[in-house]
Amino acid sequence: MWSHDSYYVPSKAVWPVVVVAGTTSVLAGLANLINGLSDGKLMLYAGSVFIVVGLTAWFRDQSIESESGKYNKQVDISYRMGMAWFIFSEVMFFAAFFGALFYTRYLAVPWLAGEGGGPGLFTFDFLWDAVATAKDYTSSWPTNGPGQVGGHFEKMEALGLPLANTIILLTSGYTITMAHHALIDDRRKQLKLWMIATISLGILFLICQGYEYHHAYTEMGLTLGAGIYGSTFFMLTGFHGLHVTLGTFMLCMILLRIYRGHFSPDNHFAFEGVAWYWHFVDVVWLLLFVIVYWM
Amino acid sequence: MAFVTNPLDNHDHGHDHGPAKGWTRWIITTNHKDIGTLYLFFALAMLFVGGSFALTIRSELFQPGLQFVDPEFFNSMTTMHALIMVFGAVMPAFVGFANWMIPMMIGAPDMALPRMNNMSFWVLVFAGILLLSTLFMEGGAPAAGWTLYPPLSIQAAHNIPFVVFSVHLLGVSSIMGSINIIVTILNMRAPGMTLMKMPLFVWTWLITAFLLIFALPVFAAAVTMLLTDAHFGTSFFNAAGGGDPVLYQHLFWFFGHPEVYIIVLPAFGLVSTIVPTFSRKPLFGYTSMVYATGSIAFLSMIVWAHHQFTVGMPLIAELYFIYATCLIAVPTAVKIFNWIATMWQGSITLETPMLFSLGFIFAFTIGGFTGLMLAMAPADFQYHDSYFVVAHFHYTLVVGGTFPVFAAAYYWLPKWTGYMYDEKLAKMHFWLSFMGFNLTFMPQHFLGLAGMPRRIPDYAIQFADFNMMSSIGAFILGFSQLIFVYTIIKCIRGGEPASDEVWEGAQNMGLEWHLPSPPPYHTFETPPDPQLIDRVTTVEVTME
Repeated sequence: MWSHDSYYVPSKAVWPVVVVAGTTSVLAGLANLINGLSDGKLMLYAGSVFIVVGLTAWFRDQSIESESGKYNKQVDISYRMGMAWFIFSEVMFFAAFFGALFYTRYLAVPWLAGEGGGPGLFTFDFLWDAVATAKDYTSSWPTNGPGQVGGHFEKMEALGLPLANTIILLTSGYTITMAHHALIDDRRKQLKLWMIATISLGILFLICQGYEYHHAYTEMGLTLGAGIYGSTFFMLTGFHGLHVTLGTFMLCMILLRIYRGHFSPDNHFAFEGVAWYWHFVDVVWLLLFVIVYWM
Repeated sequence: MAFVTNPLDNHDHGHDHGPAKGWTRWIITTNHKDIGTLYLFFALAMLFVGGSFALTIRSELFQPGLQFVDPEFFNSMTTMHALIMVFGAVMPAFVGFANWMIPMMIGAPDMALPRMNNMSFWVLVFAGILLLSTLFMEGGAPAAGWTLYPPLSIQAAHNIPFVVFSVHLLGVSSIMGSINIIVTILNMRAPGMTLMKMPLFVWTWLITAFLLIFALPVFAAAVTMLLTDAHFGTSFFNAAGGGDPVLYQHLFWFFGHPEVYIIVLPAFGLVSTIVPTFSRKPLFGYTSMVYATGSIAFLSMIVWAHHQFTVGMPLIAELYFIYATCLIAVPTAVKIFNWIATMWQGSITLETPMLFSLGFIFAFTIGGFTGLMLAMAPADFQYHDSYFVVAHFHYTLVVGGTFPVFAAAYYWLPKWTGYMYDEKLAKMHFWLSFMGFNLTFMPQHFLGLAGMPRRIPDYAIQFADFNMMSSIGAFILGFSQLIFVYTIIKCIRGGEPASDEVWEGAQNMGLEWHLPSPPPYHTFETPPDPQLIDRVTTVEVTME
């Protein structure tokens, strides 16, 4: 238990509402663009400016407060708990997509092929009896369904680029841990080098992923529209890629703060929060590699 | 209060103490009381928006035939009524109480993450605007029901991206709010306020917040799949591509079932706080209440498919979901019996908060029993998508979502404003609401059992009488809420001054009753005396 004397409560917060207004504008703009209305662009750009300005100013305030010693141990614990629960919410978000993959692959696709009742199964007959291509649909993976949505495609193999990406991300998990040790031991030069290494590996991963997507779209016929396999493949790896992008960006911000002399061996929550996030992204990739690419 | 060190004397900290000046105070505030107030007023406003949708529905159903609205618009009304009431009115109301009361109940100076607290409120407002904007769009608001089942939902013209992004924002708001509540409860308790001494409202919110972080990301993912299926060519819910529309139902109810407990658990907490005060006895079975709350939350995560008994599932899955669902009756009954045992041999007085709590216990028990009927798959085949279901979930969610909110609002209004509310008006509000509510929803049980389907603007002639009764009840229920608004405004503007204790004996019931009425802008900047905490949290009671 703590003394409350110095729990820091900011007296006002201008930036949250700026970020919120920006986010809403971006989303409304995107919605308009999806509906084919070009005036969504203005909302998208204006909103982005709001978000960038709002977040920059907000995080700037926080880092100034942190560096000037306004956050006591209890505040630090609040931030740690907050970050941990945020990561838990991300776990559940990915769990939903993994759940969709599991459900379609092991339940829906076999049922579509008539399992659990054979050709006599009412829904099977009802849905597919009249469809010539679907009649002899057999359960298999990968698949684009009895309607062969998206046409012919090839499966993304695990060996090759995905394996290389696994090694890249696992290595980056090692380098960020080394950076953390360097920070704790107050070896600033090594800290910077390990951080640069981590960021470089993150960028390398994204380049490989971009190449893989390009290859899939142009040469393998594997697109977002390639039935349930393409849907689950691109949504899972795509959201992971977005998280790596965000993680890399956050690592850059941390590096910037390191160059400005921020963080001390006993006060560096922001660094640790980003490191946890990076490890989380690592673990998701391992699951992706095993479940999506390999199995 | 002789041995109590007044927690309010210590005002010599560095940062400023009053609210900011002018109207911008409400936009930039980080104060838990301000943000709680904002949440509560937002919820009140949305109650009337959602309520007007409900009255549109009931006007159309007053008589058979099509009178006032298009069938398409009617379906939009049922959809928007549910979305607005669940996400705009009921949930924000409970978050409002959490903001106001949790720091005061656990002796904390504020919420743990004040800036994020501000953000989670404003995200909610913008999400509401985004959602309501679909009413004015070509093709109208979503009309496939609040569950947004594909393929029907993604055939809408323009609203899908707006609805999906609005749900994302609502999710962001709730997740940020929940993180804040969990961190506040785990990290900000005053010395001496151990977990098993916390008021039950704090306990129920701790568990609710966990459920929110557990369930909402899954909903966000599910609607994302709706969006990509509708506009980016994916096949999650398209059987031709190897997907399955039933997958959406699983994902939705994986969120949707915990969601009903997200609504009702804080209500349990409020009732567990109010019933002891007006029975002048400590809560009976505090420990069992905590464990019951935990059990309900756990079970709520593993029973989702009982909403889908008729959609097609392997027999073994149906059996599992029947048994698991029936189990929830056990911890829920523990709660009901504990409330009754709390009242047993108490010196009960029937002020309005107690009336609303009793109304809740009565009606929620009925809703619980009809829930058991629906939990039986063979019986559910008959009841499914009928007005029986509508009656069931309004008996749980309307009394679960609003009666405890009204009870708590009357309970704490004198504390917040410093004035007593008009008891006569409040009692009138209760009796009209209670009678209006039962008149609206009791006949819907019989309509459903007789075979009237839900979500339909017209019906066969034999359903006419009960529908007319139901519509009359709905208008009584709806318009009696104006009394609530008037009573609140009247109370804010003045009245008989309230004492610090407000309710006789309340000083034994919680820390908040040791603060002045109204409390200063910042409270418990130094933690309260551990002895005081001991005194107000004597939770076990022996029955003699």
